[in-house]
Amino acid sequence: MFHIRITKRQEPLSVGGSCLVLLSALILSLLLSGLLLFFRGTPPVDGIVTLFQGAFGSRWAIEDSILKAIPIFLCSLGVAIAFRLQIWNIGAEGQFALGAIGATWVALSFPQWPKIALLPAMVLAAAVAGGGWGMIPAILRQRLKTNEIIVTLMMNYIAILFLEYLVYGVWKDPTSFGFPMTPEFSEQAIVGKIGTTSINWGLAHCLILGVLVWGFFKFTRTGFEVKACGDNVRAARYAGLPYDRLVVLVMVLSGALAGWAGFLEASATVNRLQPSIMVGYGYTAIVVAWLARLHPLSIGIASFLLAGLRVGVENMQLDLQVPAAFGGIIEGLILLTVLAGGLFTHYRLIRGKK
Amino acid sequence: MEIITIIIPLLAAAVQSGTPILYATLGEIITEKSGVLNLGVEGAMIIGALAGFIVSRYTGSPVLGFFAAGIAGSFATSIHGVVCLWFQGNQVVSGLALTILGAGLANYLGTSYVGLSAPGFSPVAVPLLSSIPVLGPIFFNHDILVYISYCIPPVMCLFFTSTRFGLGLRAAGEYPAAATAAGLNVLAYRWFGILVGGFLMGLGGAYLSLAYTHLWTTNLTGGRGWIAVALVIFAFWRPGRAVLGAYLFGSVMALQLRLQALGTQLPSSILLMLPYVLTVFVLVMSSWRKKTNEEPAALGVNVEPAD
Repeated sequence: MFHIRITKRQEPLSVGGSCLVLLSALILSLLLSGLLLFFRGTPPVDGIVTLFQGAFGSRWAIEDSILKAIPIFLCSLGVAIAFRLQIWNIGAEGQFALGAIGATWVALSFPQWPKIALLPAMVLAAAVAGGGWGMIPAILRQRLKTNEIIVTLMMNYIAILFLEYLVYGVWKDPTSFGFPMTPEFSEQAIVGKIGTTSINWGLAHCLILGVLVWGFFKFTRTGFEVKACGDNVRAARYAGLPYDRLVVLVMVLSGALAGWAGFLEASATVNRLQPSIMVGYGYTAIVVAWLARLHPLSIGIASFLLAGLRVGVENMQLDLQVPAAFGGIIEGLILLTVLAGGLFTHYRLIRGKK
Repeated sequence: MEIITIIIPLLAAAVQSGTPILYATLGEIITEKSGVLNLGVEGAMIIGALAGFIVSRYTGSPVLGFFAAGIAGSFATSIHGVVCLWFQGNQVVSGLALTILGAGLANYLGTSYVGLSAPGFSPVAVPLLSSIPVLGPIFFNHDILVYISYCIPPVMCLFFTSTRFGLGLRAAGEYPAAATAAGLNVLAYRWFGILVGGFLMGLGGAYLSLAYTHLWTTNLTGGRGWIAVALVIFAFWRPGRAVLGAYLFGSVMALQLRLQALGTQLPSSILLMLPYVLTVFVLVMSSWRKKTNEEPAALGVNVEPAD
């Protein structure tokens, strides 16, 4: 009888090996999703082809994927900073909402300001609101060791309901025929598009912030401390690293980045605040961060792929009447298979006789 | 006299709203006691809710639906088991993935059932007990699933304190290395925790689709799974305190519905925030008062395969 044994690897899996594992995980999740399509009576091959065509098959599709990748990237960048310290910030969704609310407050309060003052003010308000929202669970954790996973998650629900409260109530556009939305932002409060494309300048924000985060971990002392504490909290504490302060710092940065994404979504994509901006980018961001192993460049690639998945599923919805929830299934499957594939980075399977 | 006629129905409604949370919390307690952190409660619940609904709709038997929900819940959490117990995946991330997958599956498979109804459970007054003043109408005038939920906490307490298997399960959660050295199969205990826990989470979901409402709607669980995860901490991993916590949340949800029905000045979004705000509050209070750490020592830590 052949028997499979698991043994620890002497040295980590090679880059090629890692890519192979990742690729197999992705293929396995696509196969499983195809099976689900089959159960619903949708031809799986057509389905997957429609998915990819919808996501990357035309200039319009690619532009749409990039457009959706922008908020996912920023949220994921934030999530990754917190994850690096082993702080589980599940609250990007809520911090995103608060960022959109903060930016909207500035846009509606000072619509006449010149663009050069108004947009930075909106960014600042978004980052402060998102960062502040992220700071609450950090302070609770630092002071009382309150579980940040549940607090950040509960604060997502609270933030979304608060957003709804605003757009159904005090901020509601009187001319919107009862639709829950604020009035449209003034021209000065809108982040424009790049050239003749439908992509907004948020893409440039992503590039700059991505490089900054990369540099933060690569070159700064604080970034190094975050990494050290994330690898081994106990050892880092003995070495006198300010763990508790770092927890607050990463959560504020994390929230500020998600808030920035909220600002872009309100300002550049819908030009106002409305509940429909809450489509779960904050949760997709977690999948992306984990897929990319918290590395900024990989986060960029993974954001584009998972944004493409969302766009592709919209295409499947139109062409094949596949429910939008299909995207969530693939996301969940990808995350699970990639997690399981992680086994092969530290262990090897040996076939031997029992 | 006036006040009693308002409060008794409110408390009865609190027991009803608290029941799905109670099932899920008990499920998470047994999972965590074995050393596995399962954050996919929300996913297991919603899959259970849908399975229960569909089976009850097609067979016409809510009892079958109820069991199907439990099995579907176990199936859902077994995914977490495969990823974490066999493949050493990170338990936090795997649980989140299960939540995402569960919500996706339930919405995907459930779209054609939205707004449809299925045969469910109706209240049955317990003879004698239901005629006790005050307590009777609050506790003994419900559907059978509520009565079943009354029996689980004492059984679980006995299981944890007085059975060999229960002690072994706790050892797997407290000190897996020692448990292994003592000849216990830690992985088997953890599988037990995951599967039985998932069964209970599925039952909690079925309560929502078969007793609380008899309808299928999207996002039926509405964060109750996460509230259950929080309640485990509030309950210090004790089934008895879980009852207290679940009914506390039940009261807030019942109160919120009552206030909405009465048409208060408060906007509905603010009212809907109440359970989530309460969850944060309850967590803060329990971390404040925590004197001894009662969390299973090896919670969330995978057992590495032996060479």
